[in-house]
Amino acid sequence: MAKKELNLNRVSMPKQDPQERARNFGEVSLGYSKAQAIAEADRCLQCLKPTCKDGCPVNVDIPEFIKALREDDMPEAVRALKAKNSLPAVCGRVCPQEQQCEKLCVLARKGAPVAIGRLERYVADWDLATEGTPEPQAATAVRGRKRIAVVGAGPAGLTCASDLAKMGYGVTMFEALHTAGGVLKYGIPEFRLPKNIVQAEVDYVKSLGVELVLDNVVGRTELVDELFEEGFDAVFLSPGAGAPMFLNIPGENLNNVYSANEFLTRVNLMKAYLFPQYDTPVKVGRRVAVFGGGNVAMDSSRCALRLGAEEVYIVYRRSEAELPAREEERENAKEEGVIFKLLTNPKRLLDDGQGNVRAVECYEMELGEPDESGRRRPIVKPGTEFEIEIDTAIIALGTRPNPVIPSTTPGLELTRQGTIATDVATGRTSREGIWCGGDMATGAATVIDAMGAGRRAATDIDRYLRQK
Amino acid sequence: MYRILEREDLTPTIHLLKIEAPRVARKAQAGQFVILHHGEEGERIPLTIADWDRAEGTVTVVFMEVGTSTRKFAQFKAGDVVDDFVGPLGKPTEIENYGTVVCVAGGFAIATIVPIARAMKAAGNRVISIMGFRTKDLVFWEDRLGQFSDELIVTTDDGSYGRKGLVTEPLTELLKTRDIGRVIAIGPTIMMKFSALTSKPFGVKTIVSLNPIMVDGTGMCGACRVEVGGETKLACVDGPDFDAHLVDWDLLISRQRAYLDQEKTSDERRQHHCSGGGHCG
Ligand SMILES: Cc1cc2nc3c(=O)[nH]c(=O)nc-3n(C[C@H](O)[C@H](O)[C@H](O)COP(=O)(O)OP(=O)(O)OC[C@H]3O[C@@H](n4cnc5c(N)ncnc54)[C@H](O)[C@@H]3O)c2cc1C
Ligand SMILES: Cc1cc2nc3c(=O)[nH]c(=O)nc-3n(C[C@H](O)[C@H](O)[C@H](O)COP(=O)(O)OP(=O)(O)OC[C@H]3O[C@@H](n4cnc5c(N)ncnc54)[C@H](O)[C@@H]3O)c2cc1C
Ligand code: SF4
Ligand code: FES
Repeated sequence: MAKKELNLNRVSMPKQDPQERARNFGEVSLGYSKAQAIAEADRCLQCLKPTCKDGCPVNVDIPEFIKALREDDMPEAVRALKAKNSLPAVCGRVCPQEQQCEKLCVLARKGAPVAIGRLERYVADWDLATEGTPEPQAATAVRGRKRIAVVGAGPAGLTCASDLAKMGYGVTMFEALHTAGGVLKYGIPEFRLPKNIVQAEVDYVKSLGVELVLDNVVGRTELVDELFEEGFDAVFLSPGAGAPMFLNIPGENLNNVYSANEFLTRVNLMKAYLFPQYDTPVKVGRRVAVFGGGNVAMDSSRCALRLGAEEVYIVYRRSEAELPAREEERENAKEEGVIFKLLTNPKRLLDDGQGNVRAVECYEMELGEPDESGRRRPIVKPGTEFEIEIDTAIIALGTRPNPVIPSTTPGLELTRQGTIATDVATGRTSREGIWCGGDMATGAATVIDAMGAGRRAATDIDRYLRQK
Repeated sequence: MYRILEREDLTPTIHLLKIEAPRVARKAQAGQFVILHHGEEGERIPLTIADWDRAEGTVTVVFMEVGTSTRKFAQFKAGDVVDDFVGPLGKPTEIENYGTVVCVAGGFAIATIVPIARAMKAAGNRVISIMGFRTKDLVFWEDRLGQFSDELIVTTDDGSYGRKGLVTEPLTELLKTRDIGRVIAIGPTIMMKFSALTSKPFGVKTIVSLNPIMVDGTGMCGACRVEVGGETKLACVDGPDFDAHLVDWDLLISRQRAYLDQEKTSDERRQHHCSGGGHCG
């Protein structure tokens, strides 16, 4: 093959204008056109040893699907992509590609790596638009009528359930909320991941014959041990890491101080942005401070802008380099006007005398020696306190595992972090017949990691049930 | 989908719904609650379990019309279905033999204290119940609570029925004259606060069922934060029952009022729609 000329610049993503989009909940990134997708796909060198693939937690056949796309063989592109990834329309939008596949793309050494995520999204959206989702492979043979209960319908649960259903098992998925999708529904906002895309994925899983039982809080409505009594042969736990963490500083229980979980649940799941047409309210004044630097903080800040806030601050205790959010969302937030207060940490929240938050008092920080996480430790600079006037505070520090299931399931070993101790390769827990995956096993992580865990557990559950 | 089998109006604004929910009925215990949600636009609201029948697979809730969601649920009739009915949530009320237990309830909470009185009675306690109402026309379930009470005292604010005055007056007398092992007080926040202040000097442990604003009811959002003994607790998973003497009442009252303006907007909008002769729901 003749040596291909390197093109170091990626085709840019068409987006809604920042000024305009900062006031609506429509999707920010509009997606490539066919010409743009093919032009971007054409940048791929089709490496003989594609390193990108190693960066993908589920080993998507990246060069294969890009090749098919470039040759305009869309059905083949879809097949290659979906062989390894059952939620590509979601992953194309929310995976931190710059830390995964794109980081390892050979082009990244000289310039911009191939925009793998954008191409993935293009292929997946084509698939959804043409209703090209292959007819659900109806279970070939019911494997001895074995039944599996999946607890929690987020990305880990959905992946595990669909894999097991395709193998011919009877699968019932129990979900605590009134809708399936997990964080994809209640956490990640509409403008980043439209809910009809998530629902399409849920519908697909249901079309495989998976029974979905909503409004069922396992540990309350039903105990894990009762699932076995009801005749399930295996249980996969994927309830996520849903409990919010707080700052533990004075003033945290004032009105208009939200956990990001509450704020985002009100906005995304309950659609408070459509209040009063919708019944659930949310309060966002003129000035909002969001504490934290991850995706959750970016999403909260950008929702606050869209709800009419005039000034939105991200207050983060380390520097720009340590911000854990996806690069694209960081850039989007900046373009939309979110103000970054870096190396800043809150000391306390102040009262307006009526029980509402009025201001946050912060310290300036500096970075010291690296800590256990390898990142430089933030240290308070004494005497640097200053106030930021705010009407609303949103605490986006992350989440911990919810104890509802561990505390009602005897014999499940936990880690020090309160996650369920799980063998990474198989998803097995300390109890026979119970598997676990996703954020409940790892602590807050990513959509693709949760999916990978769901898939590995499905494989191992199959192995176990065949031997049983 | 959860079918409504029965609807009853206990007063013009307090309604009972008996709902088919076998999984919830199977597990329900005194003091726990459910979350109801209906329609794409609906809110999730918590209501205490007022009764259940495991054999029949039903759960009963009793609620008072106070705003948009409760007025919407007030439109439901037997045969209708509620989209979502989640539970049982929260910790059950601690039931033991404490000797003599005083159950104090006001307004809609008369219904929710019945299963607690019943369980206390079954555990061998002498049960004294005090039920408080504004006026005679709002009195309900005197017989039902009476069934599980060794003594029953009814008060009305205006003296139109039973004793005139607030529930705290007979409560004070009982605490002064009898050996009381425990007080359970459920009702409007202000009533629970004053019941707590009443029993505190006597050192009698008092349990209240707190009702902060909730969203998921499973410990996921943190909306239901309350302070008890100086610590932040989530009422939906750590409660809703707490030691009344340790509750920060002013914080609870303030947090319950967080959305006052929005609640008014929503309620006015709804009433406006209804008087327009259109379809309400
Ligand atoms: C705001 C936000 C933004 C994010 N952005 C990104 C991003 O851009 N990219 C990325 O890769 N990751 C992102 N993440 C992280 C990612 O969403 C999670 O890592 C992933 O969703 C975890 O999947 P899961 O299946 O383990 O759990 P979840 O998605 O949390 O789903 C768990 C499900 O289980 C249900 N459940 C919980 N308890 C019970 C119970 N007792 N009984 C029954 N059901 C139960 C829950 O209601 C939920 O539906 C984000 C997270 C948040 C909160
Ligand atoms: C654990 C628990 C058990 C409860 N049990 C009962 C019961 O058995 N019977 C009954 O009549 N009421 C009960 N309540 C209160 C009931 O949930 C509220 O009255 C109802 O949510 C009001 O909604 P609304 O839209 O009609 O009124 P709104 O106009 O929205 O609000 C009126 C008042 O109700 C409270 N409220 C509003 N939204 C919520 C919410 N999502 N969660 C909790 N409180 C809210 C607020 O303090 C507000 O000021 C309980 C509350 C809790 C937390
Ligand atoms: S590493 Fe980059 S150039 Fe090579 S195959 Fe993967 S995407 Fe294409
Ligand atoms: S209601 Fe959400 S944590 Fe209690």
